[in-house]
Amino acid sequence: MSSWFQKFSTISAYLLGIVWVLPLLYAFWAAFHPPEFATQFSLTAPLTLQNFESAWDQAPFFRYMLNTVVITTLILVSQLFLCTLAGYALAREKFAGRGFAFALVLTQLMVMPEVLIVENYQTLAGLDLVDTYLGVGLPYLASAFGIFLLRQTFKTVPQELEDAARVEGLSGLGIIWKVFVPLAAPTYLAFSLVSVSYHWNNFLWPLVVTNTEASRPLTVGMAIFGAPESGVDWSVISAGTLIAIGPLLILFLIFQRRFIQSFMHAGIK
Amino acid sequence: MINRLNLKAWLLLLPALSLLIAFTHWPTLKSFWRSFTWARSDVAPSQFVGLDNYRIMLDDPVFWKVIENNFWYALGTVPTSIGLAIMMALWVNSKIRCTSLLRLAFFTPTILPMITVANIWLFFYSPNIGLFNQLLGLVGIAGPNWLGDPDLALSSLMVMTIWKEAGFFMIFYLAALQTLSPELFDAAKLEGANAWRIFRKITFPLLMPTTLFVLINALLNAFKLVDHLFILTKGGPNNASNLLLYYIYETAFSFLDSYYAATLTVVMLLTLALIALVQILVIDRRIHYR
Repeated sequence: MSSWFQKFSTISAYLLGIVWVLPLLYAFWAAFHPPEFATQFSLTAPLTLQNFESAWDQAPFFRYMLNTVVITTLILVSQLFLCTLAGYALAREKFAGRGFAFALVLTQLMVMPEVLIVENYQTLAGLDLVDTYLGVGLPYLASAFGIFLLRQTFKTVPQELEDAARVEGLSGLGIIWKVFVPLAAPTYLAFSLVSVSYHWNNFLWPLVVTNTEASRPLTVGMAIFGAPESGVDWSVISAGTLIAIGPLLILFLIFQRRFIQSFMHAGIK
Repeated sequence: MINRLNLKAWLLLLPALSLLIAFTHWPTLKSFWRSFTWARSDVAPSQFVGLDNYRIMLDDPVFWKVIENNFWYALGTVPTSIGLAIMMALWVNSKIRCTSLLRLAFFTPTILPMITVANIWLFFYSPNIGLFNQLLGLVGIAGPNWLGDPDLALSSLMVMTIWKEAGFFMIFYLAALQTLSPELFDAAKLEGANAWRIFRKITFPLLMPTTLFVLINALLNAFKLVDHLFILTKGGPNNASNLLLYYIYETAFSFLDSYYAATLTVVMLLTLALIALVQILVIDRRIHYR
């Protein structure tokens, strides 16, 4: 009975695995075959790259991708810098109001900027930053999650190391940069991968705050491109989808173990 | 000395904290304030109207519809995602072949943008030519209009949400499973316990902290994750699949009523606060156990 259960369980696992990659497999099928094969599956269907050409011609993918890369980079660099400073202060400094400051940070883990699109849009409009890279990035330039992760990591650094660095003549920012940052390398990597995949995929806020190709990221571009009103067929949409997710997917497949470990690392803290 | 230390710490915190306050705490307060005000148009000065917006909300059938939908959406996605995540983690952690491929398959939806994969799901769900209805056609069943039928639209959204989330939650269970000692399971097997009994009596209780953590995240997602609505249903037909955050977006940016949108935002914020409260109470109880 046990081995029968084992077999059933194993087969279910593989079946579920196939179901889980089906959408992606379908996107590959439709993208590399002529439109008339988008809805019928035949082994003799000819391969083609025409859909990619059409997709590329019908939407400014290059511009969208550039925008996404710039926005994601802007956010990541700022987050790494600001979260390091704040994480260090919360982990290693004793000061009046530390508990209060930490509570303020924790609040943002619950109430993320997406929920506050109404007010944040008003703020951005007031600053005249609508439809700019900075506007898309601004609500995310500091990350409560990043501060929290780095605080937890910095707390585990032995006090002796910090004292030794001070004896060596390092001070303030020097200690953070030379002692704490190198020791927290795995946390930085974990946070970076989580942050990049989050902001590469973020949609609602960029949708609200962008109006034109000048700052519109891939996700918003794809929503317009894939809308039924645009009259583009499945094959071309699939090709566009692959173009949009391509860079992240390739990155993920290469660094698969790292990615998964990073998400684990970030989740356990 | 103490003053100098204080100043240094606050200076380090200043840039991050001021950004967090500017885009989280300040807009939270402003949402509350705006929900008590109203103006004829964007250029007209707003005036204090007390609870008028809330009265309008309580009389708004769409508001009650999205609350009801969000409730079913949470109920439909959270337990299923968690159950599937546990199953996936057990499989990937077991001795069957190709576990790393399996792990890859389960995890991939996590890193794909919801909005772009929704385009593919849109095809799966489309009537006549869609993949699901083609498959049903093979066994002689005329498939329904998954997204166009008010009775099915919300469920169809749930299925995609579960697909997107389960692999992400699997990761946390996988991390937890790897910390459990194998001797525990060997001992149970020696005692002659079967797989289901081992799971029920040992594995599941030991995974409880992870389940609580995942539960909170899944609940938050049930309110925050609306990207696929933009592609699949736009909340329709006739609000049958509309959710609170999407309705906030519609109210603010399609109907251009930022005052009513702020009122709805307050409901959203109170819901998140409630989830936070549950988390705090749950975590407090966990500390008691230790």
